[in-house]
Amino acid sequence: MNCVEENYDVLVVGAGHAGCEAALAAARLGLNTIMFTVSVDSIALMPCNPNIGGSSKGHLVREIDALGGEMGKNIDKTFIQSKMLNGSKGPAVHSLRAQADKRDYTQSMRNVLENTDNLTIRQAEISEIITDNGIITGAKTFSGAVYHARAVVLCTGTYLRARCIYGDVSNPTGPNGLQAANHLTDSLKSHGIEMYRFKTGTPARVDKRSIDFSKLEEQKGDERIVPFSFSTNPEDVQKEQVSCWLTYTNQETHKIIMDNINRSPLFSGAIEGTGPRYCPSIEDKVVRFADKERHQVFIEPEGLYTNEMYLGGMSSSLPEDVQYAMYRTVPGLENVKIVRNAYAIEYDCINPRQLLPTLEFKAIKGLFSGGQFNGSSGYEEAAAQGLMAGINASLYVLGRKQVIIDRSQGYIGVLIDDLVTKENHEPYRMMTSRAEYRLLLRQDNADLRLTKTGYDIGLVSEERYRAVIRKQEIIAGEIERLKNTKVGASNNIQEFLESKGSACLKTAASLAELIRRPELDYEMIKDIDIERKPLSDDVINQVNIEIKYEGYIARQLSQVQQFKKLENKKLDSEFDYTVVPSLRKEAVQKLNLYKPLSIGQASRISGVSPADISVLLVFLEQRRRKKE
Amino acid sequence: MNSEDTIAAIATGAANSGIGIIRLSGDNAISLADKIFVPIKKEKRLINVKSHTIHYGYIKDEDNIVDEVLVSVMKAPNTYTRENVVEINCHGGMIVLKNILDVVLKNGARAAEAGEFTKRAFLNGRIDLSQAEAVIDIINAKNDYALKSSVSQLRGNISEKIKEIRGAILEKLAYIEAALDDPEHIEMNGFNQELLITVKDIEKKLEDLLKSSDNGRIIKEGIQTVILGKPNAGKSSFLNALLGEERAIVTDIEGTTRDALEEHITIHGISLNIIDTAGIRNTENIVEKIGIDKARKMAEDAELIIYIADTSRPLDDNDRDIIEFLNGKRAVVLLNKSDLDGEMLPQDKKLIASIDTGYRIKISAKTGYGIEEFENAVKEMFFAGEIDFNDQIYITNARHKQNISDALESVRMVEAAIENQMPEDFFTIDLMNGYEALGRVIGEAVEDDLADKIFSSFCMGK
Repeated sequence: MNCVEENYDVLVVGAGHAGCEAALAAARLGLNTIMFTVSVDSIALMPCNPNIGGSSKGHLVREIDALGGEMGKNIDKTFIQSKMLNGSKGPAVHSLRAQADKRDYTQSMRNVLENTDNLTIRQAEISEIITDNGIITGAKTFSGAVYHARAVVLCTGTYLRARCIYGDVSNPTGPNGLQAANHLTDSLKSHGIEMYRFKTGTPARVDKRSIDFSKLEEQKGDERIVPFSFSTNPEDVQKEQVSCWLTYTNQETHKIIMDNINRSPLFSGAIEGTGPRYCPSIEDKVVRFADKERHQVFIEPEGLYTNEMYLGGMSSSLPEDVQYAMYRTVPGLENVKIVRNAYAIEYDCINPRQLLPTLEFKAIKGLFSGGQFNGSSGYEEAAAQGLMAGINASLYVLGRKQVIIDRSQGYIGVLIDDLVTKENHEPYRMMTSRAEYRLLLRQDNADLRLTKTGYDIGLVSEERYRAVIRKQEIIAGEIERLKNTKVGASNNIQEFLESKGSACLKTAASLAELIRRPELDYEMIKDIDIERKPLSDDVINQVNIEIKYEGYIARQLSQVQQFKKLENKKLDSEFDYTVVPSLRKEAVQKLNLYKPLSIGQASRISGVSPADISVLLVFLEQRRRKKE
Repeated sequence: MNSEDTIAAIATGAANSGIGIIRLSGDNAISLADKIFVPIKKEKRLINVKSHTIHYGYIKDEDNIVDEVLVSVMKAPNTYTRENVVEINCHGGMIVLKNILDVVLKNGARAAEAGEFTKRAFLNGRIDLSQAEAVIDIINAKNDYALKSSVSQLRGNISEKIKEIRGAILEKLAYIEAALDDPEHIEMNGFNQELLITVKDIEKKLEDLLKSSDNGRIIKEGIQTVILGKPNAGKSSFLNALLGEERAIVTDIEGTTRDALEEHITIHGISLNIIDTAGIRNTENIVEKIGIDKARKMAEDAELIIYIADTSRPLDDNDRDIIEFLNGKRAVVLLNKSDLDGEMLPQDKKLIASIDTGYRIKISAKTGYGIEEFENAVKEMFFAGEIDFNDQIYITNARHKQNISDALESVRMVEAAIENQMPEDFFTIDLMNGYEALGRVIGEAVEDDLADKIFSSFCMGK
């Protein structure tokens, strides 16, 4: 037969945020990698909001960076405004968010990919996966070309059988009018993969020249910009920023929406996909929160060289005429001109419980997946999974041990564990409240937590790894010094404390004890800390946090110890739970469905009780001894 | 599911024997016991003593002496569980045992789950393989029971109260989390003051709950026993005969015992929680009907039913109702008024004989005849394992109490955090701990409560 046939180690389907990280990881680990996209011009596209990071998502970007991923570096190169959210709250919830120049972001990522050794980029639609006896062997394009590969990573995002909808208009395209991938779903189904249909949406883009900015509140970036990547020099990112703008909906807006609600495909039933509750369309907000008088609208630039502005907070699938009418009731938007309509998008994704925590399909060896295909939402969630799927696909090909980040090591661990262990009926979004050890998983210490893992995998350089070890030593040394340096109740100390509004000392105290006082911190006591040597800002930050919140940190650390015990009791993913006597029926069913890798994971499956876990432990011990 | 934390439970049965034992097992068992033990020889410390030795002294609760005890210290691995084990031998009696267990729990032990000592013994290789199935059965049986008893004990407004408190905690948690997740949409100005008010209110409610649990209002210990019989069959007289005091109102008028009376008595060291009911017959009288509905429900939940038949009169519909009700229940049949002349009708005799019980005893509630035989019957049933769970009930109670005081502790820490001007996200750590602890009392896991609450209460998103 006359068709193209090629061989690769790793084949990545999709070139969005997940696909880019997956392909880069594989290629950087020295594997011959090919990445498919329906359009090379849409590599690392940001089809929805024009920002990277935000609450908990900023944490993910930092973790991706510490593991050797690209997202953090790319946004540092292409951001146009940056803000540290929750700056007045605790360090665990500080979150970095940057507005991107979308075009620049895409271009810059494409540049990196095109110049990475071992990486081939190919524009084509993958229509089939090829397996042999439950093992992946490659994929086929719509044009019939066959690409043999030892591992395949699916990162199809929102493109599978995608449909964009507003009013009664329904276009069978992916986001932004891009070509959808209409054939792969059937192939996946025929391999026994269970599919879901999810939905999300995006607001209109409008012409900057049609906005009356005098009616809007300006939202500026931070004065001192903090980069995302630990390898970016902070001095390199201090630059001129552009502003975002804030306005509000009003009763008139809500009336127009309510008057036309029957024309919304969401309410008429034309949309069958499940949408996220945390990212509701404006019509959803108005219906569900009827007593709210107004909703915020953030107007954000899409880039430096375009007049398009994003209407954050007003995603919609109402008909075109209603979109015009409602947007024009908003102060500042009275004469607004729409460039691109708001729309809802429906797409196929999988039920992620079919995956191992390594993101490999339980039923098909060598097949991995990441991103919105796994039922998540958001660029950062996608990139995080793409990176892990790419890493594990590569380690699989290399015959090395797979890497799982657990819930105590990173948000990436929480994200993936939630996806593969818990029932998920809507696009999953990261939130800091989902991380039970949030205080340990801070965005400021992602490098300390994960650089070693990245180094062991082979994605982080020796030099960078050594620097982190050095940093760790300096932090530990400084904390030790502050705990051991005592100050007495002398006159100058008392005067100093008084001047800072802090209570006088009754007896001698360590500097660490003073730092722990709510009204003081590391910086503030520098005048009475005579032996202090100059340290970098991020080291000071770590020292301050570790000392100030020591009690809470210690408590979470002891919880982590308990957590690890159960996590380290491994289960066999092929085990049939029907052979365990006395296990309740529901538990057997759930355990057989999820096939957890550890007792810890089993205990998080809904429907598995603590008594079931006890029974399982006893049974496993019994089996172990029988084997001996 | 902490595998090496220290667990504790009353190790002796319900019988009020002379000596009772509290057993502790786990890494910290010895150091924990050391904290609460006052040796006779002042310099002695349990952490320094040799393994498998016994020590004489007192158990203290802060500065108060609770009881005179002998403490056995057994170090891992040559113990029942292969962990460090301490056994506190004290004077028997539920009250003393309970007090000591409370002190142990307060000092860091966790109330053992059903079958947990045995489970640990097995997992640590102490018990051989042939016993594994038995271990699983114990875990299952006891958990089923604990679940049943825990739910039934909480019937009424306690679980309502706990749900209400959890609701208040969840609301505050969701608010903080929503504000942290979407700081540009949700303001936190003035929130701390509001939270402080809520937290103080919750503290008060939890303190009240703990007080009521000390009064025994959360859970009644003892074998739940209900007396049934048609009006004037002699139920109250029988109870008085057992108690030796005039407690129930005894008259010759039918339906005098309007409300259920409850008595806690000990027979051969076995605690019975006896409820004298208004009977279960149908009635038009509204006041009486309330009492009867209550009686039926109590009888449904009872571990043991005492049916008193009046042999001086023919059996009536009332008796037939009761006999039908006894089907499948554990019962003792008492043939009362055996001192009065009168022979039961043959069909009545047949009906009585049809009841599925090994215990049909002739008594006279008035003279006390047959009471001893009844007491022996209870003892027999108990030791044959037909009736049980006295200590189990207390353990459930202890676990509830521990969870409620954990919740209280968490809420107090939230208050301290507010006062220390900690950032808002720190409040959530202890709010969540409190929420989880209360969830364990009513058997509700956390699952996705918080995410659901955030999404349903707050409008957020791009």
